[in-house]
Amino acid sequence: MVGIVVVSHSAKIAEGICDMAAQMARPGQKIVAAGGTDDGRIGTDAVKISEAVKAADDGSGVLIMVDLGSAIMSTELALELLNENLQIIVQIADAPIVEGAITAAVQASVGSTLAEVLAAAEEARELRKK
Amino acid sequence: MSERVVAALTAINNAISQNKQLLTDLDAAIGDADHGINMTRGFGAALVKVNELAAASDVGMILKTVGMTLIATVGGAAGPLYGTAFLRAAKAAQGVIDVDGQTAVRMFEAAIEGIKQRGKATRGEKTMLDALEPAYEAFINGINAEKLLIECLGLACEAADKGVEYTKTIIATKGRASYLGERSRGHQDPGATSSYIMLKALADFCQSGR
Repeated sequence: MVGIVVVSHSAKIAEGICDMAAQMARPGQKIVAAGGTDDGRIGTDAVKISEAVKAADDGSGVLIMVDLGSAIMSTELALELLNENLQIIVQIADAPIVEGAITAAVQASVGSTLAEVLAAAEEARELRKK
Repeated sequence: MSERVVAALTAINNAISQNKQLLTDLDAAIGDADHGINMTRGFGAALVKVNELAAASDVGMILKTVGMTLIATVGGAAGPLYGTAFLRAAKAAQGVIDVDGQTAVRMFEAAIEGIKQRGKATRGEKTMLDALEPAYEAFINGINAEKLLIECLGLACEAADKGVEYTKTIIATKGRASYLGERSRGHQDPGATSSYIMLKALADFCQSGR
């Protein structure tokens, strides 16, 4: 199953999104939070993100949802820290983090491929509020 | 271990600590007011890790340790940017014990390339590159003119200082300051300033140790 990693400047946001997505997805879906800094500040940590990717991967690949700004830079750097075998099966979604994480988790939990999970997450851009 | 490198990093850390408030104030004007806090936190942690390294560590190993620690502890955009810069410089200094002019050029170049790639930025966007690129050009011109390393560092600092001044005249198109658009003009860029502070601390350290 494709794993999901949620990267936010806020640990609470990352964990909250993981909780929401886990409730929507089938049981057993890996959704790992990588939010905030180790000392509880607002920020992102590429080492923490790379560890989360390793924890989320079972060989099927990982989709990463990011919030904004340095979350994207830290995630790109996190990918460089991974070994090449893992690097090639990890994607960053260009999608809203909450909606994208939920649709991606649901899609992943039914056994879809990384490309399908990525597409599902990015389709969440079209979810209108009004 | 390359003790001079550790001593230089200590000098850089001290300079960042002394300028914590300045960096935070500059960032408060056009960003999120955390650059001084983040940089102090990151370099402080990096120095602790560097001092734990084995005595036989080369310059590459020391800089890699700094880069990895910055990545994990800074928190803001400066983390992946300076972290990448130190990691790339570390690669250029693998196995090196004494940094000569040509090695320094390769390290400097690799660091700047890393920042450009990570930040998808170029000069003139009100970022650290506006201090670092002119500094690099002045540095390599000095090396090519066969000036002493310490003189080249001095030239790099002068160019970086001018680069920091230049950031006051332009608007930000990268990072959080870009949300301010025209209102970012007139403000000095905190990232360019921290780059200058580091270069100046390094140059002063080398000057004092002659």
